[in-house]
Amino acid sequence: MLSSYLTMAAILFCIGLYGALSKRNAVIVLMSVELMLNAVNLNLVAFSKYGVVPSLDGQIFSLFTISVAAAEVAVGVAILIALFRRRGTANVDEFNEMRR
Amino acid sequence: METVFSQYAWLVPVFPLAAFLILTAFGRGMKQSGPLVATLASFAALVLSALILFEHMNGADEYNDSFTWIGIGGFELTAGFDVTNLTALMLIVVSLVAFLVNVYSIGYMKDDERITVFFGYVALFTFSMLGLVLADNLLTLYIFWELVGVCSFLLIGFWYQKPEAKAAAKKAFIVTRVGDVGLLIALLLLFWYMPDHDLSFSAIENVFGQSGLITEGITTLIAILIFVGAVGKSGQFPLHVWLPDAMEGPTPISALIHAATMVAAGVFLVARTFPIFEASQAALDTVAYVGAFTAIFAASIAIAQNDIKRILAYSTVSQLGYMMMAIGLGSVTAGMFHLFTHAFFKALLFLGAGSVIHAVHTQNIHEMGGLGKTMKTTAWTFAIGALALAGIPPLSGFWSKDAILAEALHANPALFAVGIAAALLTALYMSRLFFLVFAGKPKAGGEAHESPAVMTMPLIVLAVLAIFAGFVEMPFAGTGWLGEWLTGHAAEHEGTALVMLVSTAVGLLGIYLGWLIYVKGAIPRDVVTSRAPWLTRLLERKYYIDEIYHAVFTVSLRAIGRALDAFDRHVVGGAVRLAGGAAVWTGRAATRMQSGQVQSYGLYVVIGLVILVAAIAGRRFW
Repeated sequence: MLSSYLTMAAILFCIGLYGALSKRNAVIVLMSVELMLNAVNLNLVAFSKYGVVPSLDGQIFSLFTISVAAAEVAVGVAILIALFRRRGTANVDEFNEMRR
Repeated sequence: METVFSQYAWLVPVFPLAAFLILTAFGRGMKQSGPLVATLASFAALVLSALILFEHMNGADEYNDSFTWIGIGGFELTAGFDVTNLTALMLIVVSLVAFLVNVYSIGYMKDDERITVFFGYVALFTFSMLGLVLADNLLTLYIFWELVGVCSFLLIGFWYQKPEAKAAAKKAFIVTRVGDVGLLIALLLLFWYMPDHDLSFSAIENVFGQSGLITEGITTLIAILIFVGAVGKSGQFPLHVWLPDAMEGPTPISALIHAATMVAAGVFLVARTFPIFEASQAALDTVAYVGAFTAIFAASIAIAQNDIKRILAYSTVSQLGYMMMAIGLGSVTAGMFHLFTHAFFKALLFLGAGSVIHAVHTQNIHEMGGLGKTMKTTAWTFAIGALALAGIPPLSGFWSKDAILAEALHANPALFAVGIAAALLTALYMSRLFFLVFAGKPKAGGEAHESPAVMTMPLIVLAVLAIFAGFVEMPFAGTGWLGEWLTGHAAEHEGTALVMLVSTAVGLLGIYLGWLIYVKGAIPRDVVTSRAPWLTRLLERKYYIDEIYHAVFTVSLRAIGRALDAFDRHVVGGAVRLAGGAAVWTGRAATRMQSGQVQSYGLYVVIGLVILVAAIAGRRFW
């Protein structure tokens, strides 16, 4: 049982990774990051149920992660809107401020 | 007997040293007084040397004084001075010639811009040479030995604007260096084998005086290596090539350094370390044969040269060969005696040549002629010097050359024949030189006139010495006084009457031949050239020794140098450039990676992670 959950999580993570690295649109990149986080949550829940030492800790952790991720997305989208207002684009290729 | 002045022998070199320091420090403002300071200092050295000599002629004991120079643990390196009869004799020769050359240079170098520098160098040389003579151990001697070499280099290259002078200075330095390496190795070997690492001459005498302390092979090796040093300094074959070129220096320098004193240092060294040579017959033979060969070899070259100073230079090489031969035959006395007389008449000849060059501004003897009428003092003194060199009685050169020839006849008739042949050549080239320069009709444009008194006075003093210096040791009348005084045992001369007769006859024959060819014209001048042009060319080109050295050493060394240069440039330099280039190239690649694109950064992280995972996974199968 555990392996099918893990496989599912891995697939989800890879899709998220692919999206985060290849999509141009910043909104889609943010969504892909969420996918990766959800893959991790899935792992946590799966291990808390079917792991070697099952306990509730994993589920509590995933709840934390979900709420922190929600806050993070809020901040991310805020930055994105600020950037969009300033640069008039949501294309990540155009953002290379880290170079300076 | 009590020694009074010998205790202060260390002061003798101190005078010229002080003059050197003064001239170096305040030289610029002393164009007038600088030469006087140097001359006075050399005069002080001369007076003290004379007092020491008189003391030793009255039978003073040897005096030795030394101090600890360097102490390492229990081992002490000493430096000090040694006044023996031999060093007393050398002291007077060096300081007398140095003083006369100083006086002469006041006139000769009068118009030179760097006259104080010149006198400073001469003073430094005098200091080093006197130090060399006084040194009581080989290490101290070696230091002064190198110092005189440096002074020689500086003075040959004194007119450094002339490219020939620069080249000659370099050549002298490099060629003598070859010999100095031999001396250095000999020194190290001696240091290794001597008991207590004692390098003093008295210890050397003690150790090599008794057989068996040091094996014969090592003794021979050390002696030969010391001789290699002497060969370099004294211009013996095959390291003679620097001495004729050294004539590019000012003429007083040729007289002082390259005729009378420094080049005799090699002979002096062999005489000083004679106990080592005495312990090895092979080494003695080497010295004798090299000396004899040099004597006749250089004399034959001198016949075909056209530069007045070069003729004298080859003559010096030849006479040094005589001295070496004498010592090689076991007679330090004869060698040192010839050194003593040669110093005076050869310095005289060089200073006379300088006077001639001063008057006619050329060194080519074919452009001179008839100078005897206008330059009476120079001509007369030069004639005395030439006759002394040719070995005509009763001039000094006759007695000393006779002592050597008698020794040769006694020990080795073959070398006696070589010596006689060289004497004939000597008389011939000196008469050629004299007649071409002073006899005949004047050729040089303009009136040549006598040099000032400051230049002729040293000539007269030296001429007097060239006449009388030989009387210190005559084969009859109180035989062997010099020998007993120098070495402690009188030299025995047998069949000297015959030797005297033969050498006088040969000398006169040489002069007569020269007269026939160059004055009377009874024998045409091209008598050899027309029949055997190759022989003349061979002699004129000095047996192609310089060319051979060029082909063998210069070219091959230059090829090695080029190969090493290419190795350095391409292999060593290439490796360095590769290292540097790799860093630069990596840096450039890294710069390109830093694009500011977060997604690319993410990709790099993923790639890194994949590599990491693959590595960890791969370890399982390793």
